[in-house]
Amino acid sequence: MPQGLLGIEGLERKEIQAILDRARDFQPRGEHAIRKYDLLRGRMVVNLFFEASTRTRTSFEIAAKRLGADAVSITAQASSVAKGESLVDTLNTLAAMHPDAIIMRHAASGAPHFLQRYLDTPIINAGDGTHEHPTQALLDARTILDRGARLEGLRVAIIGDIAHSRVARSNVYLLSKYGADIVLCGPASLLPRELAQIAGGVTLTTDMDEAIRDADVIMMLRVQLERQHEAAFPASEYFQFYGLRLEHLRLAKPEVIVMHPGPINRGREIASEVADSQRSVILTQVENGIAVRMAVLERVLCPHAESN
Amino acid sequence: MPALLIKNGRVVDPASGLDGVADVWIEDGAVRGVAQNIAVPEASAVFDATGLVVAPGFIDMHVHLREPGFEHAETIETGSRAAAAGGFTTICPMPNTAPVNDSATVTSYIVGKAREHAIVNVLPIGAITKGSQGEQLAEIGSMREAGAVAISDDGRPVMNARVMRRAMEFARSFGMPVVNHCEDLDLSAGGDMHEGMESVRLGLRGIPGCSEDVMVARDILLAEVTGARYHVAHISSRHAVEMVAFAKARGLTVTAEATPHHLALADSEMPPYDSNYKMKPPLRSTCDVSAVLEGVVNGAIDAIATDHAPHPGSEKMQEFENCPFGIIGLETALGVALEKLFHSGKIGLPRLVELFTTGPARILGIKRGTLAPGAPGDVTIFSLDREWTYDVNKSMSKSRNSPFHGKSFRGGPVATVVAGHIAWQS
Repeated sequence: MPQGLLGIEGLERKEIQAILDRARDFQPRGEHAIRKYDLLRGRMVVNLFFEASTRTRTSFEIAAKRLGADAVSITAQASSVAKGESLVDTLNTLAAMHPDAIIMRHAASGAPHFLQRYLDTPIINAGDGTHEHPTQALLDARTILDRGARLEGLRVAIIGDIAHSRVARSNVYLLSKYGADIVLCGPASLLPRELAQIAGGVTLTTDMDEAIRDADVIMMLRVQLERQHEAAFPASEYFQFYGLRLEHLRLAKPEVIVMHPGPINRGREIASEVADSQRSVILTQVENGIAVRMAVLERVLCPHAESN
Repeated sequence: MPALLIKNGRVVDPASGLDGVADVWIEDGAVRGVAQNIAVPEASAVFDATGLVVAPGFIDMHVHLREPGFEHAETIETGSRAAAAGGFTTICPMPNTAPVNDSATVTSYIVGKAREHAIVNVLPIGAITKGSQGEQLAEIGSMREAGAVAISDDGRPVMNARVMRRAMEFARSFGMPVVNHCEDLDLSAGGDMHEGMESVRLGLRGIPGCSEDVMVARDILLAEVTGARYHVAHISSRHAVEMVAFAKARGLTVTAEATPHHLALADSEMPPYDSNYKMKPPLRSTCDVSAVLEGVVNGAIDAIATDHAPHPGSEKMQEFENCPFGIIGLETALGVALEKLFHSGKIGLPRLVELFTTGPARILGIKRGTLAPGAPGDVTIFSLDREWTYDVNKSMSKSRNSPFHGKSFRGGPVATVVAGHIAWQS
C-alpha cells in the first residue's frame, strides 16, 4: 500500500516526531521570513475537497507550492461528482493523470481509507467525516512545542462537540502517544463514554471548570451544527455551560494557551475576548499548518529526502 | 419417477429422534423410509453418503431474492441456486421487492416464478402493511391463500404500536406468524454500525443496541395481549435474547432466529470501513455475540436464518455511510454454524440440524424439516470435516457482498436433494 497519511492512530511516535522536527525547518524565521524550496520540483499534487474548506485547502496548496510542487485544486461542486460519478471512478480518473499524491477531504468517515484500497496513488487525509484530521493534530502539536513545552505530562483540555470532531480524535491519538494528560469535555450527548478507552491518558468530564483546572492547553472545538442530526443539546444554553470565557482562564495554569482549529464561532464556543487575548495561539496554528503540511508532503512524496 | 436411495450416511432427523447410520429412500418426491440396508430397486439412483451427515432439507426462513424489481442484484433463480449450494431446500423471501409483496398478486407472481425457475422450494413471506409503509394492513388473508407462510415488514419495521397490535390480531385469525425486524427507527436514525467503542473510534454514527431492544420489548408485550405467534428476525443484542427467553418462560409463542454472521462476528472484527461487514442489525459487541451463541445453546433462539441480502458491487463500492445494508449468506451458513456451534463443542449435531430444520418449520407451521415417511423428499447432505475455502467470485448468487470471502471452513454442504432430485452437488 502506498505510504500516504490516513490518520494519526496508526503512526508511530517516532514518525510523528520526524514530521514535527522537519516542520521546524520550514517555519519562517527572522528577516528572511518565507523561503521557497525546490524539493518537490516536477511533482504534482491534487487537492480534492468534497467538503467546504478554506484554511486547510489553502494551507496545503501553499505548502505544495513552497516546496516547488504543482498543485491543482478541485472542489466537489465543480467536478464530475456533481454529475453522479462515484467516488471510486472520480479517483481513478484523477489517478490516471498520475499525480504524485492526492490530498483529500470528504464528509464521509473512512472515505480515504476505502479509496486507498483501490488506488496506488498515496492519499493524504485532509479530514474525513467525524474520524480523523491528522495534519491538524500535527500542527497543534507543533504549536504547543513552539511554546517551549514538552508534550509528556502536559494537561490538555479538549472542549466541545467531541463526538463529531475529527480534530479531537487525531489530537487524542497524538497526545496519548506522548503521554499527555487529556481531558475531554462537553455535554454528555456529545461525549460518548467509549472515548475514555479510545487511548491512554484520557479522562472525560461534563464540567467545564473541572476540565480547565490546571490545564496547560485548552483546545476549543467548533460546535458543528451541520453534523447535528438532531438537537443533542439546547443551542441557546451552549455558551453558558461550554463556551470559553476569560474567567475560565484563571482556573488554568498561568501560561495556558488557547487553541482552536477554526473557523471560530465567537460567542458560541469561545468569547471574543478570549479569542483575541494574549493566551490565544489561534493564528500561530494557522501559520504552523503550512510548515507541518510541507513536512508531510515531503515525507509522502520523497520519503528519503534529507534536510537541506 | 425413479427412486433415490441415499446410502450409509449418518442420518440425523431430530423430529423422529433419529441419529445413526441408515439409508434414506425417496420416491415420488416424498420420503418413503429410513432404515438400514434398504434393498435397492433396479432403476434407483444411489447416492453414497458414507462418512457424511444426511439431514432433512434445510429451511432458511429469511432471505432476499430481489425479484421482482431488483433483478440486477439477484433473481429467484440465482437466489435458489445459491440456496441449494448452501444446503437449503426451502427458502422464504422477504417482501421488500418492487412492488412490495403486499398482495395476492405479487405473492402469486413469486410463487409462479419460483415454480418455473427455482431449484429449491420458495415460500414467500408477505408484507404486514401496504407497501410496508407501516400504516394500513396488507391483504394478509389472500396472501396466505396464495402461498405466503408469514408476514413481515422486514427492513421497515412497523413503528406504530397500534398497527402492530392489529397485525398480530389479524394474523392470528389465519394462524400466521408475525416476523419483525426489530429496530426503533428514531433511535437508529443515521447509524451505520453498532454504537460502541468501534463506532466512536471510526467516527461512524452508531445504531445502539437499545434500538433493537425497545422494539423487542414492545412486541413481546403486544404478543401477550394478542396471543399472536410472534417471531424476532435476526436477533443480535444481549437484552433482546434475554427478553425472548423471558417471553418463552411466560409461555408466549415467541420465537427468534439468529444469522450466522451475528454468531460469528463482532463489530471489532470489521476491517476499517469494509462495506461487506455492513448490515442491519449491525455486527454488535463481543458481549452480544456471546449472548446470541448462548441463546442458541439454551433454546431462546429457535432457528438459524441467513438474511441473505444481495447487493451488486457498484452499490457496495462506495463510502461506508453511503453503502446499502446487507450481506449474502446462503452458501456460508452451514460452514459458519459448524465452526461456531458444533466444532466449538457448544451444541451437538441433532441440535445443529434442528436449528436449520424443525426450528424454522415449527415457527412457520409448515410440514417440513423431517425425514418421517410421507414428508417432502428434501434432504441436505453435508460433511463435518471436509476442508474448503469460500470464494465469493464463484458464488451462485448474482452478488458478491460477503465478509466470508477467502475464509476456510471445516465441513459444509455436499449435496442438496429437493423432492427426490439432486438439485446441487459439490
